[in-house]
Amino acid sequence: MPSIKMTVNGKEVSGEVEGRTLLVQFIRDHLGLTGTHVGCDTSQCGACTVHMNGRVVKSCSILAAHADGAEILTIEGLADGDTLHPMQEAFRQHHALQCGFCTPGMVMSAIGIVNDNPEPSEKEIREALEGNICRCTGYHNIVEAIDAAAKEMKA
Amino acid sequence: MYDFEYQRATSTDDATSKYSAAEDARFLAGGMTLIPVLKQRLDQPSDVIDLGYLDDMRGISEEGSAIMVKAMTTHHDVNSSDLINSKIPALAALAGTIGDQMVRNRGTIGGNLANNDPAASYPCAVLALNATIKTDKREIATNDFFTGMFDTALDEGELILSVSFPVPEEAGYKHFPNPASRFPIVGSFVAKGSDGVRVAITGAGPCAFRQTEFEAALSGEFNPDAIKDIKVSDDGLNSDIHASAEYRAHLINVMTRRAIGG
Repeated sequence: MPSIKMTVNGKEVSGEVEGRTLLVQFIRDHLGLTGTHVGCDTSQCGACTVHMNGRVVKSCSILAAHADGAEILTIEGLADGDTLHPMQEAFRQHHALQCGFCTPGMVMSAIGIVNDNPEPSEKEIREALEGNICRCTGYHNIVEAIDAAAKEMKA
Repeated sequence: MYDFEYQRATSTDDATSKYSAAEDARFLAGGMTLIPVLKQRLDQPSDVIDLGYLDDMRGISEEGSAIMVKAMTTHHDVNSSDLINSKIPALAALAGTIGDQMVRNRGTIGGNLANNDPAASYPCAVLALNATIKTDKREIATNDFFTGMFDTALDEGELILSVSFPVPEEAGYKHFPNPASRFPIVGSFVAKGSDGVRVAITGAGPCAFRQTEFEAALSGEFNPDAIKDIKVSDDGLNSDIHASAEYRAHLINVMTRRAIGG
């Protein structure tokens, strides 16, 4: 069984996994960080999105063993104490969620979008959300939240 | 997912020797096809050989009059490369249409070509640009590389190291995305270079293929009007719930004209 070590939300963690253990299973089942969700079995929904070495990835489509040595950021690592990350705050302000299941993946993806493109147009935000599925909101408030957060993050 | 032996390659030689020593191994590049396939239990390898730690398999460089892209270079890296955006902007733009941002951050050009999905975007670019695929054993011209649905000229255990793209005078790509999956139902890549005009189509057949009738017409006059009256045969084209063979044949003409600004 592979022994792995990685940094998750700034903390060194380690564990023994099977070759087939997915990164999302390691995050949820081994580390107990259940904010990262599994919404599908087909790698399509994006609810499991985390940052790996600064890039957004689907943690359901990466082997835990492959993330050995990586820096991982999950939804739990965003807030600074009681102060929400500007993207989380924008999702709250703009009511960018209904059931909330897709939200952790949406927020992590949204930060990736703004990191790559600090001034995205509405069209660019909608296109960049290709990999995240929401079954409640119709996306409109999510797009508004990302637009607002992009301005806040730039300020 | 069925369990397997996870092995990490420490060099390309180590990767191929681990592959040969294993009973039924698979190379793991970005994993954007392999992992979903394993999750669905559609494949059951004995060993998975991870190429992800081979940093010298990543990178983009200029070599003479060609651009060399190493096999483990991600779609994001091709899409955002200054060199590719200045020399072959159509290739950079194509990489930006693959999957979604998470897929583009992981998926690699080598993995994409080795898998040869009938609706993959890269194969038509590689074919139209007349690229050369370098493996651990030889160089393969793209005319000979794509041999059928999910089938390539690669031998068992042969590993793609890089793809070399001659810089064209002009190139363009357009695809008609499936409204749900966004895979091309039909995509067309047109390149005009020192060896004439080459047109390659993806999504329409079992694998990417050249449209030689269009090539002949566009060699005479590089203009969308030169091909607008050519009716493409639907013989041998894919037909499924997304599009009939007849519709795909029609799209081949429309996408090719749009690829060159029509």
